[in-house]
Amino acid sequence: MFSLKPKPFNGGVHPKGYKELTQQQDISKSFVPDRVYLGMQQRNGSMLNSLVAIGDQVTKGQLIARGSNDMTVPLHSPVNGTVEDIKPFLSSHPSGIKSQTLVISNNGDKRWGEDYPSSDYQKLSHEQIVERVLKAGVVGLGGAGFPTGIKLRLARKSKVHTLLINGGECEPYLTCDDRLMREQASEIIAGIKLMAKAIGATSTIIAIEDNKPEAINAIKQACDGFNGISLKVVPSLYPMGSERHLIKAVTGIAIEPGQLSTAQGILVHNVATAKAVYQAVRYQRPLIERVITVSGDAVESPANITVPIGSLVSQVIAECGGLKAEAKRMIAGGPMMGQVLPSPFVPIDKSVGGLLALSEEKINQRESQDCVRCGNCVKVCPMGLMPFQMAAHSNNDDWQGAQEFGLDSCLLCGACSYICPSSIPLVQYFQHAKSNINAQRSMTQKSNLARQLTEARQQRLAREAAAKKAAKAAKRKRPTRSRNTQGES
Amino acid sequence: MAAFNPVAAPHTHSGLSTTNIMYLVILALSPAALHGVWLFGLPAVTVLVSCCISAWLSEVVCLQLQGKNWLSSVDGSSLLTALLLAMSLPASTPWWIASIGCAFAIMIGKHVYGGLGHNPFNPAMLGRVMLLICFPFELTNWQATSSPSLGAEGLAFSQQWMGIDGVSAATPLADLNQVQAWNELLIGTHAGSLGETSALLIALGGLFLIWRGIIRPYIPCSLLLGIAIPASIAHWINPQDFASAFSHLLSGGAMLAAFFIATDLVTSPTSPRGQLLFGAGCGLLIWLIRSFGSYPEGVAFAVLIMNAGTPVIDHYLRPKIFGSQSLFKRSKGA
Repeated sequence: MFSLKPKPFNGGVHPKGYKELTQQQDISKSFVPDRVYLGMQQRNGSMLNSLVAIGDQVTKGQLIARGSNDMTVPLHSPVNGTVEDIKPFLSSHPSGIKSQTLVISNNGDKRWGEDYPSSDYQKLSHEQIVERVLKAGVVGLGGAGFPTGIKLRLARKSKVHTLLINGGECEPYLTCDDRLMREQASEIIAGIKLMAKAIGATSTIIAIEDNKPEAINAIKQACDGFNGISLKVVPSLYPMGSERHLIKAVTGIAIEPGQLSTAQGILVHNVATAKAVYQAVRYQRPLIERVITVSGDAVESPANITVPIGSLVSQVIAECGGLKAEAKRMIAGGPMMGQVLPSPFVPIDKSVGGLLALSEEKINQRESQDCVRCGNCVKVCPMGLMPFQMAAHSNNDDWQGAQEFGLDSCLLCGACSYICPSSIPLVQYFQHAKSNINAQRSMTQKSNLARQLTEARQQRLAREAAAKKAAKAAKRKRPTRSRNTQGES
Repeated sequence: MAAFNPVAAPHTHSGLSTTNIMYLVILALSPAALHGVWLFGLPAVTVLVSCCISAWLSEVVCLQLQGKNWLSSVDGSSLLTALLLAMSLPASTPWWIASIGCAFAIMIGKHVYGGLGHNPFNPAMLGRVMLLICFPFELTNWQATSSPSLGAEGLAFSQQWMGIDGVSAATPLADLNQVQAWNELLIGTHAGSLGETSALLIALGGLFLIWRGIIRPYIPCSLLLGIAIPASIAHWINPQDFASAFSHLLSGGAMLAAFFIATDLVTSPTSPRGQLLFGAGCGLLIWLIRSFGSYPEGVAFAVLIMNAGTPVIDHYLRPKIFGSQSLFKRSKGA
């Protein structure tokens, strides 16, 4: 704690990495699932429309579902095979919700359905790059899953000058970005240059945590000789992967609460996304697979593995030697922010970056005690909040009080829960409070809409009644007038 | 087999526990406590033991009455309270007075408010003040030190050390004319309460806690400065009536307050800014009470007064939200 290096931002924690489990293994590309399950409902709730029917033959890379707008990225078949079924199936959402799902059997042929020749991608205009990215269904692979094409287009509109590439990977256990940087540095750099061109950025910074020396070397070599791309080594501190904190660590700029990074002219993308962009633009290949880390002390042989989108967790785990008996919890993502999987039979979607199987010992969850106001949560909160106060308000259903203490700025990064000596599940309180506030907000919106509609209807009725009255009056008036004229005459 | 019921992240924990923290603080306090036993002998042991037993029994009774698990009485919090109270008492305090004080501290100071984590005032200091008001004679009857001396015939134990009789003496705070050598104050071979005489051992324990990340240096630093600055100014203007900053810092409970009492997790503010203000307030009050009050020692009162302000400090002096400019109207912008 007496480190002389200044901390890149206030707060943060140093959870043990466990990266050695998978850090030294090449990305395995041999995994072939016998079936893939592709949900028609995306993480943000929007629906896709299937373009295929049961019994159709599909080829690897074929467009099989499309949304109604650009916010819903298209879906391509990750395998060659037959559409076996279209039925409700579990999604990776922790609620265990089922959505309409295409089940495609795999015939084992690993070739692409059509040829994707390399095109002269250097000469493409920025709009063409964005078009290709949108068409390929690329989303942010860092975890948020926002459509990359949309992000690039919006960034150009708001005149972004700096592209920041996130190679931080601050979550314990995860090493897929690390391996990707080591093995495919040149593709990543090419993708980064395409993204920079698409948004019109004048400078590009790649940020990597200092616990990945090989990745730093690989990227350094790959971007050697290119102007405008610089590499920045940042200290390993959780949550370095958070957009705001990475920006603070690299540029010193603190994005204001409620503000987007693009307002300061900075756009952040993940390294894996850069690689997908390269594939999408140069070869016009759709995003149908991704590298994930399968790790944890309860997996037989942890690995980094390329999985077709839609592979079941159970298949991937089986590929990695299966679970050990002490497995207590299966998590999609890292241990700090990952979600508990509702079942081993859920498909992996584009935003899943890791699968962890942890034992009781590694989860290290204990019964929670009373808060002793030790202030550790305040000390580690990277957003400068007072988690224990927010939790106290949330505990009393005082959502407004929680918001006054900055609930809206909370990242749910879990640093406070991680450090809390009383083992209070602080993040759980905040998730609960946030969902309640959201529900309230949508209720208010709904009732406002209903009120507006009712008012509009009443106004319309009043208008119609007035018109009727006027018409009646006009009808009655005519004879009166005529009578009057008669009388006068 | 893996369970698939949804549980909120994070799925890992640092391993830090409240019980760990409490015992680490007790560990940090123990050199000074043992030093007190060395100085004052059997009476000191009596005070320490009676405080600990009384605190633990009170804790068990209160937990039972509230229907909580009585086993959580061993979490170290009541033991810490007992230790702090015992160390702030003169070694000659009769065992039953010490016990009453400790029972008061646990029952009224802590459990009346809802138990661990809910008490607004430092329980040990509440017990100390209650005893000072109810038993003023016993509580100001400081004993001269009587540590065993190493002579030619081995260790020689004085009569006082065996607890047969005590010679009362004034603390350096009560008697300004008695000039104390600074090294004597540092090591603690002067009269005083059981555990506050050795400024050095207490400060070392405090530094250990800072090194382990249990407490942050804000409160100790601002508290010591809060005493030292006004004391130096007053001493510079009028050396006859005002003690120097050195004797203020090194005698009485100043060190104990700086590292162990004012830093009590439950009753002190949590933000760095709040802690700085809290510590400075404590320091200033300690100096004011010592210099102008009718009591020779002001630690307990000063800490209790500032405890009352903790909720207000925590409300107004929050840390700056990441990226925000304003310290106060923060929810508006978010």
